[in-house]
Amino acid sequence: MDFLAPTTWADALAAKAEQPDAVALAGGTDVMVEINFDHRRPPALLDLTRVPELREWGTDTDGRIRLGSGVTYTRVIDELGDRLPGLAMAARTVGSPQIRNRGTVGGNLGAASPAGDSHPPLLAADAEIEVASVRGVRRIPAAEFYTGVKRNALAPDELIAAVLIAPASGPQQFCKIGTRNAMVIAVSAFGLALHPQRRVVGTGIGSAAPTPRRADAAAEFLAGELAAAGLWESRDALPEGLAVEFGRKVRDAAAPIDDVRGSAAYRLHSLSVMARRAASWAWDDYRKVA
Amino acid sequence: MRINLTINGERRDADDVWEGESLLYALRERLGLPGSKNACEQGECGSCTVYLDGTPVCSCLVAAGQADGREVTTVEGLGQGEDLHPVQKAFVERGAVQCGFCTPGLIVSTHDLLQRNPRPSDPEIREALAGNLCRCTGYEKIMDAVRDAAERAE
Ligand SMILES: Cc1cc2nc3c(=O)[nH]c(=O)nc-3n(C[C@H](O)[C@H](O)[C@H](O)COP(=O)(O)OP(=O)(O)OC[C@H]3O[C@@H](n4cnc5c(N)ncnc54)[C@H](O)[C@@H]3O)c2cc1C
Ligand code: FES
Ligand code: FES
Repeated sequence: MDFLAPTTWADALAAKAEQPDAVALAGGTDVMVEINFDHRRPPALLDLTRVPELREWGTDTDGRIRLGSGVTYTRVIDELGDRLPGLAMAARTVGSPQIRNRGTVGGNLGAASPAGDSHPPLLAADAEIEVASVRGVRRIPAAEFYTGVKRNALAPDELIAAVLIAPASGPQQFCKIGTRNAMVIAVSAFGLALHPQRRVVGTGIGSAAPTPRRADAAAEFLAGELAAAGLWESRDALPEGLAVEFGRKVRDAAAPIDDVRGSAAYRLHSLSVMARRAASWAWDDYRKVA
Repeated sequence: MRINLTINGERRDADDVWEGESLLYALRERLGLPGSKNACEQGECGSCTVYLDGTPVCSCLVAAGQADGREVTTVEGLGQGEDLHPVQKAFVERGAVQCGFCTPGLIVSTHDLLQRNPRPSDPEIREALAGNLCRCTGYEKIMDAVRDAAERAE
């Protein structure tokens, strides 16, 4: 096995181009488990923790947050809780302090598990994933990034550079079902973002389909009903029936399986409940800001 | 490969490190530091917790090569020679150690908690130690020890 430890982004991309079967290594919280248990013996590890720009975040020219792929969950929570509340809420539910100190959003995207907690908030916030190779840079909408169970849109020579996310323009929520509070892989999860300026609702479903996915029909339904009733302007209470119907439509967007963590039926039911609650909580927050 | 790192304030080399090897393995098997324990090798139990550049991490999930040139502090580095650190004393005196397998990780996590938050509430203690499993004590004695260690530090 080779251990490649580039110290610049250009060197990292060159190494990945030369050895496309090298496995990128960020926090190692997915990769090292696989190596420790002999589930994976890659010909090379490509350590990205020495590439400074991956560990930084800043504001892009268009005002969006540019989150380097190697920024840890702990830093998302500590430094970006106000601007990226949905992602920070999800980050707080990841693993344990030790896992959050090491695990990164880029690693979550690299693993592309349907249960990854970053995905619902990234989908709900219309995030884009910036990937790069020696051939160039491209930006992929989160909704197109997840291509199958633990598969993503990366080409073999590409690495994830950053995630681009607009700072929240309205309330965001993240809900996750698991057996206890710490160290839990989601049985099902749901992310919601209200985008009041655009009169749009964003959604993300986790652990209830082969990939993380949005619930577009549900989101359009809720945004449309809010607009029809003039609620975006009046900020009146969210009718209970509307929240319930939204929950049902989110549920209808899922395609879960039965597995050791939960049954498909439980996932569907919990999603409808989480979506209803997330909508109610987010709407209550929206009313308070008035 | 060879790695060179600062462990508990001392520059150390480790030779013949396998590229896929964990920092935990290198510490225990190559560097003569068996304090950090190997109980799960998958990040679940926290018994391998060490500081890496000042941040508590599961050393079983850090590739040894990632620690090259970095600073590592293990449970062996917290006391002064034979003098235990107050966190360690509190664990011993409060009966928070039974088989002791989880203890090194809990000591490091508690040490980190009290550095960041000298007077933690019970929910804050539970949250900070959520990544450390103990199969013996039922956690009550551990809670006592952490509260005691916080008081000793005042
Ligand atoms: C005990 C434990 C608890 C966990 N709990 C949770 C949880 O609650 N929620 C959750 O979502 N996850 C959880 N995980 C999984 C894991 O922590 C996350 O998926 C984390 O985000 C992975 O990040 P990392 O930096 O450690 O990735 P790594 O393990 O370094 O890499 C993960 C994958 O991404 C690839 N990769 C990394 N960086 C890049 C890059 N820049 N470009 C291209 N590919 C890249 C790697 O090649 C690999 O395939 C847990 C893991 C453990 C061990
Ligand atoms: S041995 Fe590292 S967390 Fe269990
Ligand atoms: S004392 Fe035995 S596991 Fe904690």
